[in-house]
Amino acid sequence: MIALKVNGEDRQFDGDPEMPLLWYLRDELGLTGTKFGCGVAQCGACTVHLDGEATFSCVTPISLAEGAEVTTIEGLSPDGSHPVQQAWRDLNVAQCGYCQSGQIMRAAALLEEVPQPSDEDIDTVMSQNLCRCGTYPRIRAAIKRVAEGGAE
Amino acid sequence: MSRLPILNVSRRGFLGGAGALVLAVSLPVPAMAMEDQPFGADAMPNGWRDDPELFVSIGEDGIVTVTVHRSEMGQGVRTSIAMIIADELGAEWEQVRVAQAPGDEPRFGNQDTDGSRSIRHFFMPMRRAGAAARTMLEQAAANEWGVPVEEVRTDVHVVRHEGSGQSMGFGELAALAAALEVPDRDGVRLKDPSEFRYIGTGVGLIDNQDITTGNTTFGIDVRMDGMLYAVIARPPVYGGRVASLDDSAALEIPGVERVVQIDPPEIPSAFAPLGGVAVIARNTWAAMQGRQALQIEWEDGPNAGYDSEAFRQELETAARGEGKLVRNQGDAMQALADAATRVEAEYYIPHLAQAPMEPPAAVARVADGRCEVWGCVQAPQVTRLRLAERLGLEYEDVTVNVTLLGGGFGRKSKPDFVLEAAILSEAMGGQPVKVTWTREDDLHHSYFHTVSVERLEAGLDEEGRPVAWLHRTAAPTIGSIFAPAAEKLPFELGMGLTNMPLDIPNVRAENPQAQAHTRIGWYRSVSNIPHAFAIQSFIAELAEAAGRDPKDYLLDVIGPPRLINPVELGDVWNYGENPENYPIDTGRMRRVIEAAADGIGWGREMPAGSGLGIAAHYSFVSYVAVACEVQVEDGGVRIPRVDIAIDCGPQVNPDRVRSQMEGAVIMGIGQALTSEITFAEGRVVQENFYDYIIARMEDAPREINVHLVLPEGAENFDMPLGGVGEPGLPPVVPAITNAVFAATGTRIRRLPIADQLRT
Repeated sequence: MIALKVNGEDRQFDGDPEMPLLWYLRDELGLTGTKFGCGVAQCGACTVHLDGEATFSCVTPISLAEGAEVTTIEGLSPDGSHPVQQAWRDLNVAQCGYCQSGQIMRAAALLEEVPQPSDEDIDTVMSQNLCRCGTYPRIRAAIKRVAEGGAE
Repeated sequence: MSRLPILNVSRRGFLGGAGALVLAVSLPVPAMAMEDQPFGADAMPNGWRDDPELFVSIGEDGIVTVTVHRSEMGQGVRTSIAMIIADELGAEWEQVRVAQAPGDEPRFGNQDTDGSRSIRHFFMPMRRAGAAARTMLEQAAANEWGVPVEEVRTDVHVVRHEGSGQSMGFGELAALAAALEVPDRDGVRLKDPSEFRYIGTGVGLIDNQDITTGNTTFGIDVRMDGMLYAVIARPPVYGGRVASLDDSAALEIPGVERVVQIDPPEIPSAFAPLGGVAVIARNTWAAMQGRQALQIEWEDGPNAGYDSEAFRQELETAARGEGKLVRNQGDAMQALADAATRVEAEYYIPHLAQAPMEPPAAVARVADGRCEVWGCVQAPQVTRLRLAERLGLEYEDVTVNVTLLGGGFGRKSKPDFVLEAAILSEAMGGQPVKVTWTREDDLHHSYFHTVSVERLEAGLDEEGRPVAWLHRTAAPTIGSIFAPAAEKLPFELGMGLTNMPLDIPNVRAENPQAQAHTRIGWYRSVSNIPHAFAIQSFIAELAEAAGRDPKDYLLDVIGPPRLINPVELGDVWNYGENPENYPIDTGRMRRVIEAAADGIGWGREMPAGSGLGIAAHYSFVSYVAVACEVQVEDGGVRIPRVDIAIDCGPQVNPDRVRSQMEGAVIMGIGQALTSEITFAEGRVVQENFYDYIIARMEDAPREINVHLVLPEGAENFDMPLGGVGEPGLPPVVPAITNAVFAATGTRIRRLPIADQLRT
C-alpha cells in the first residue's frame, strides 16, 4: 500500500508499485490535466511537483511518491490565480494547450527557486518541456512577466 | 457549467430537429447563388450553413453559446469563430461560451479542418448567422414594445428603443426571439466593418481558463464508467501482418483483460487501421506492460525493403529523367540550351512526422447497434462515415464527438485511431475502450510527410536574369494511400509548383514517378514544404551565380506588381473553388519581402560566422516572407532573430495570426536543423523525441518579430481572407538555409542540416 498526498488530499494505492505516477494520476484519480507526451522524460507534458520539485511523472514509479506531496496543475491554485497561470492568460501563451499544464508546472517551480530567472536559466529549465505549436517565445515572455511582478 | 437551460433561438415548429437537416440538405445550390462574394466553402463537401439555429443559442441568463463546427488544434478557431458571431450578434464577450459541434456535415456544413480555411470559408456564413440572430432579438423587442423594428437597435448585449428609453437584455429576449421565424438572408443587415468590436481587434482565448487549470478535455482525456484501456502492437512495416502470436505472458500481467487481433487492411489502406494486436486492460500502464510482453512474429510484406538512403537515390534518378509535364510556358528546354549560364541543383527533403504533443487517442462505445466516439479529429465527418462503413451501421447510428486536439498538423485528419477504438469496443461486447498511441506508435505509424527530391535547372542571360526554368519534383503522393498512384495530385502540384509566380519567360515543371512504401499524408502546409525549400534556395543560388544581393534578386525574379491568374499557370485546384477567384498578387508578395527585410535590417554588416537569409512563399491565399539571422559556430546553428511578415488579407484575430507565425518559425527551425524520419528494413528508425528532434526553448530565437501587412482594401473585408495556420511554415526553412549560406558559404541542399556543417 502506497500512501501519498495529491493536491492536499490523502490517497492510497495498492496496485503495481512500478506504475508511473502519470498513469496513477490520470487513470486512477481522473486528474487528466497532467498529460502524456512521450513516456520517457523527453517532453515534460507530464510535469508535476513532487514535494515542490518539478518532476517527470511519466518515469516516476508511484512507489517513489510514497509519503510525498504531489501537486498537479489542478492543485497549483484553487482557482487558476497562480501568477504563472495568470501570466499565461494575459499573454495568450497557449495554442492547442496540450503541453501547457506541464509548461506551467515547470515554470512555477523555476520561479519558486529563481524568482528572477535569466534567459539562460529559462533556456536550461524550460528546454525540458516540448511544445509542438511553438509557443516558446510567449512562455519566455510570460515567465519574465511573473518575474517582473506583472502578473501578481 | 451550471446555468439556466439553453433556450435555443430556433427550437420551434417544423424547422427544429430533423426539419433543419432537410432544410440544410436542400440548401447548397440556391445558397450559393445568394453568396455575395466569389469565395467561400461552396464547393467543399456539404458546403456551408449560416442558419443561426445551428450556431447560436441564448439562455435566459443571457449566456450566448456559439456552436463551433471546426476542430480546435491550436489555431484559435474556437475563439475566432465565436468572435465573429458575437460581433455581429452584439454580444458582450464575457457572456460568450462555445460548444463543439459533433461530426454532422449535412447539418453544419463542411467540417474538415484543413487547408487553413476555417476563417476564409466561414467568415461570411458565421457573420450572417450572428446577424440573423441579432435581427431576431431586435424583432422580438420591437414586438414587445409595439414599435417598428427600424426604431430599435442592439447595443452591447441589450436591445434598446431610443424613443421610449426602453431596453431589454439578450437573456430576457431569448425566449421571445426563439418563437420567431429565422429571417431571410436578404433581410439581415451585416455590420459595417467600422462597427466591429472584436473582429480585427481580438479577445483573449476562450479556453484560456480551462487550459491554464488543466480543465480541458482532449481526446486522450475522455473517461467513461467501465472504460477499458488499450494499446496496440501494429505491423512495423506498412502492409505487414501478424505471422504468429503468443499472448500468454501478456495475459498474466495484472490488469490485462484481453488480447484482441485487428485484421490487417487491404493496401493501400486509406484511413483503415493498420491491424495488429491490441492489449486491453484496466489502465493504460497495464496495457503498455501487456503489449511489451506479447511475442509476435511479423510477416513484413512487400515494403520490407524500404530504405531511406536507397530511396533517395531512386528519387534522384527519377528527377534526372523526364516526368509528366505539369506546367509548360515558352520553351524551357531550348532556352536552357541557349542560355549564357546554366545552373542546376537538387534538393532533398525527408519524411517528417507531425508528432502532435497529444498522440492519437480516442474513446469508443459500440453497443446496441450504435456507435459513439470521442476523439481528437480534424475530420469528424470522414470519421463518422468510415465508422459506419467499418461497423456496418447506419450513418444516423454513429455519433462523433470532437474533443480538443492537442495539436493536429494533419495527422488527425486521418481517423484510423478512432476506428481502432470502435473495433475494440465492439470486440469487448460494447464496453467503452480508449485507445492510446504511445509516442513510438505515433512516430512509427504516422501518415508521413512525403519525401522528395526537387531538381531545378535554370538558364541565365548575360545580365544574370533567369530566362529558363525547369523544376522536377519526385515524391510519393498522398494519393497513394487511396489508390496505387505514382503521380502527385493537382492539389499537391498547386502548392507552389504549378502556381509558381516568378517572372520568367520559359518555365517547365515535370513530375517523375515515385512509388510510396509507407503511408503518406498531410503535414502542415503539405507540398509547399519541398517546393518552397527548393525554389527559394534555388533563387538564392541564382543570385549568387549572378553576383547579386539575394533579396534584390528575389524581388527582380518575382517581377513588377501584377495579378497572375493561377489557372493560366496550370493550377487547377483551390479547395474546390475556381483558382481564378484567387489571383496571385505579386505586389503583395513584394511588400511582405520588403517588410521582413526592413524588419531584420537587411544589408547590415554581419560578423564572421553570422549571416542573413530571406525567403518568401505564397500558399493558402496568403503571402509570407521570412528574414532570418543565423550564427554558425563549430558547425552548430543558432538563430537569434527572425522577422516574419504575412499578408493574409483582412485579419479577424490578429493575435492568433501572430501566434501562428511564431509557431511556424519554431516548427521550421526543427525542420531545418534536426527533424527527419528515416526508414531501414521497412521500419521507421526513430523512436521518440530523443531521436526525432524538434525545436526546444533553447533553439527558439530570442527575438521573433511578426509583421502584419494589410493589403489595400482589407479594412472593408471585401476581399478573400487568407489562411494563417499553414502558410507561415514553407518559407522558414529556406530563409534559414539561405542565411547559413551567407554565414558560411555552404549551401544546404539536403534537410535537415544535422551535422553537415561540422568538419
